[in-house]
Amino acid sequence: MSLRLQGVSKSVDGDAHIHPLDLELEKGTMNVLLGPTLAGKTSLLRLMSGLDKPDSGKIYWDGKDVTRHRVQDRDVAMVYQQFVNYPSMTVYENIASPLKMQRRSAQEIDAKVQEMAELLQLTDLLHRKPSEISGGQQQRCAIARALVKDVGLVLMDEPLANLDYKLREELRIEIPRLFAASGSIFVYATTEPEEALLLGGKTATLWQGHVTQFGPSTQVYHRPADEITARVYSDPPMNFLPVRKQGGMVHFPNGQSTPARQAVAAIPDGEYRAGFRAHHLEVGGDAAGKIAFEAKLIVTELTGSDTYIHVETAGERWIGLVPGLQTFEIGGHVPLCLNPDNVFYFDQQGKLAGSTPLATQMAGA
Amino acid sequence: MTQKTTNQRAWFLVLPVLALVAFSSIIPMITVVNYSFQDSFGGNEFFWVGLEWYRELLQSERLWDALGRQLLFSSIILLIEIPLGILIALSMPKKGWMASLCLVLMALPLLIPYNVVGTIWQVFARADIGLLGRAISDLGLSYNYAQNAFDAWVTVIVMDVWHWTSLVALLSYAGLRSIPNAYYQAAEIDQASRWAVFRYIELPKMRGVLIIAVLLRFMDSFMIYTEPFVLTGGGPGNATTFLSIDLVKMALGQFDLGPAAAFSLMYFLVILLISYVFYTVMISADNDGAAR
Amino acid sequence: MASITLENLAHSYRSDPKGEADFALRELNHTWEDGHAYALLGPSGCGKTTLLNIISGLLQPTRGRVLFGDQDVTQASTAQRNIAQVFQFPVVYDTMTVGQNLAFPLRNRGMDARYIEERVQRIAQMIGLEGHLGQKARGLTADLKQKISLGRGVVRDDVNAILFDEPLTVIDPNLKWELRTQLKSLHREFGHTMIYVTHDQTEALTFAEKVVVMHEGQVLQIGTPQELFEKPAHVFVGYFIGSPGMNFLPVSVQGRRAIAHGQTSALAQDYGHPQGDIMLGIRPEFTRLTKGEGLPVMIKRVQDVGRYKFVNATVFEREINIVLDAHIEIEADMTKVSLDPDKISIFSNDWRIDPASEGKL
Repeated sequence: MSLRLQGVSKSVDGDAHIHPLDLELEKGTMNVLLGPTLAGKTSLLRLMSGLDKPDSGKIYWDGKDVTRHRVQDRDVAMVYQQFVNYPSMTVYENIASPLKMQRRSAQEIDAKVQEMAELLQLTDLLHRKPSEISGGQQQRCAIARALVKDVGLVLMDEPLANLDYKLREELRIEIPRLFAASGSIFVYATTEPEEALLLGGKTATLWQGHVTQFGPSTQVYHRPADEITARVYSDPPMNFLPVRKQGGMVHFPNGQSTPARQAVAAIPDGEYRAGFRAHHLEVGGDAAGKIAFEAKLIVTELTGSDTYIHVETAGERWIGLVPGLQTFEIGGHVPLCLNPDNVFYFDQQGKLAGSTPLATQMAGA
Repeated sequence: MTQKTTNQRAWFLVLPVLALVAFSSIIPMITVVNYSFQDSFGGNEFFWVGLEWYRELLQSERLWDALGRQLLFSSIILLIEIPLGILIALSMPKKGWMASLCLVLMALPLLIPYNVVGTIWQVFARADIGLLGRAISDLGLSYNYAQNAFDAWVTVIVMDVWHWTSLVALLSYAGLRSIPNAYYQAAEIDQASRWAVFRYIELPKMRGVLIIAVLLRFMDSFMIYTEPFVLTGGGPGNATTFLSIDLVKMALGQFDLGPAAAFSLMYFLVILLISYVFYTVMISADNDGAAR
Repeated sequence: MASITLENLAHSYRSDPKGEADFALRELNHTWEDGHAYALLGPSGCGKTTLLNIISGLLQPTRGRVLFGDQDVTQASTAQRNIAQVFQFPVVYDTMTVGQNLAFPLRNRGMDARYIEERVQRIAQMIGLEGHLGQKARGLTADLKQKISLGRGVVRDDVNAILFDEPLTVIDPNLKWELRTQLKSLHREFGHTMIYVTHDQTEALTFAEKVVVMHEGQVLQIGTPQELFEKPAHVFVGYFIGSPGMNFLPVSVQGRRAIAHGQTSALAQDYGHPQGDIMLGIRPEFTRLTKGEGLPVMIKRVQDVGRYKFVNATVFEREINIVLDAHIEIEADMTKVSLDPDKISIFSNDWRIDPASEGKL
């Protein structure tokens, strides 16, 4: 089983929601569609499911062209952001409903429902109606209904977005388990980078109807192919500053420079945009080999164990995530530094020109 | 994936409806179009006259007079029923058994057939034996819808308002109920006046249903027939001879099938045109607000 | 501006509440100090919205009083309380421009036109709306609309308090950062008393100076983000704060030792011999995988989350989460998990106990 999209595109009223794209999802993989609101995640899921037909291109399932097949004839199940259950049926009947439609035997239905309920911790709630259980339980019920059919393709459209933060955390740990138990292809749409990383598998980053990159989640995170992918895959947002590379050195706007090492040494001389993530910004003076900055503190936010610092330097707004509780004076100056090995260099077209950190981090991942 | 050929059986289910629509609307319509280009002398003899009937109608004062009356009538109806309906909806209770009771009461007039409404009011407003008519006369006001054109108009309008304001009220009520409580709370916090709440929250949020209400009431009032027919048969004189009454007079009273056919087609086009203009104007006003 | 005092406050949605269980909000005494930022944090149905509605005047409490400063406002209407509120979904006046929206609360109070103009400009600039002032509100994106709601809240300088009801629900993750900082800047600039209701711990901790953690109608702990993180008063606080939350192991405690299934973990202090159901709590951040010392662990899943490694495992068949530095390699013979003794919390019957404090309980 595999799903292949070939040159698939979709416009609505002349508005391109999905630009022609190719994507191949392999058997038994977890695939995350990561992108902000209106990036095209739902449009893409609807095309995969057959709810919408593409304007161009073909969709193959197991090598067979299913572009024009109806949803009912495809091997898919979908879970939505809203908790969609039959309100007049009990949890048991809800989970059993897809099997009843397939006219399975009562024994088989019962066995499957019990198994799904066990897996999703719904056993004690089987006799209740959806209105009598919590939002998290309703969504579990919807997930159980999607999985009970044993379909080849499970599509999830921000299934946790309407849940409380803590429930989200629990289901994020549960979903990879369900996935592993099912053997189906999962496609999971989300706006949150951390969720994409926690789910593991592969990530396709989406931006304005384009898939900007597709690969193993950690690889896309650690080695974004371009600036847009890096932005989509960073929360807090990635920090940027302009730099110039000349004669084996990288020059930063505050006058400091650092030798270009490893892959960065190979990039041609010129202007670049340097990007780095919030947790790579460090508090402190100029440690050896690091770039030091003076920045004005705008706001600090404490999280209990860490501190987000919002700073302004050389006309750029940055967010840093530093360990411990930092109590700086708002409006005052903070000494910051940055390990140049944690910096991505993007060229004028926004493509990743070079970076050093990945060599070391990827080896461990 | 399960392989299934897309089956076409669904079309068979639609067939009865298609047949019904064909026999009830499309075929009669084509017949009317056919008549409108021909003249007939009794029996089944028809002669092709081209656009003659249309030309004649457009030049006849009769049509323009009826159209003028019709437009005046519809405008008055809309000007009364829409604000009145909104006002009633605003003063209806929001929940509890009183709300349910109000809804039932409001729905009652809508369930009464046109001709019954006409008959009720015809009797009710008669100056000699009608409760209302007699009461007005006893107050010293001269009132007789059968002889005075103004009285006839007032009666038909009151009748229509009584019959149809509920519809506007119910639609507006549904629109009002869909406004989240947070809006009222925010307005209270902002110390908005009652008028400001209506102007900036309720009216904008009711816009969608009001467009529907205006369209429905316009189209329906533009086709009014039964009430004036039952009341005075279009009189006194031609005072309440609206388009549809005039059309029936022409077609059945005089048996002028050709001109009547041309008349009804033009009538149809006028309704279509005005409704379309109404609709696009209101929708685009809606979009103007939405775009930036 | 004023402090807000809650006196013996309790609320039940039933007309004849009998036991504790009938109360959506159990008895509560607390004072919100003037000019500070607070958060009400808890899961759906914990009573936080009930409490907010009581403060805003939407709901009359079954028992107790609400005071703004010295004034009893328990029976006062929302308008009389002179508060502002930002709702979960943006509430804007669609047909007005952004500028008119911001000016609306001032205009209704008959303020001077010049003052209104100047004030609207200032607020718009602070929350990044100055480029949108002339636009109709209806076509704007959710985050801009929510900024308008926020702006309408802070445009009056005399409000007693600004209440926020999960205001970032409909905002994209990337834009939340911007709105949160603006909120903080506004608080610093104007010094309004702010109360922020949310189920999202990140929002609560980053926004508030003090966070009120609620569960099942009860206030479990009121503390700074640091206190909640390091010294949760109740197991629920431990679980709810932190991402992932605290790990718990049933143990028996003897002095400086916690014993589970015959295995011992050292404690930093002497807890004596506490009674009741004893739980050991340790945050995922303060656990380490080792080859020798510690409790036996079965690793089930390791996920690189960029900034850290997330390990899901079991200890004595109880699920625990371990958070490791991104650079740490996990080797096959790391079969033990060691707990940092300084960071261990001990709970008895779900409530935190302090070292050698058993006598008091």
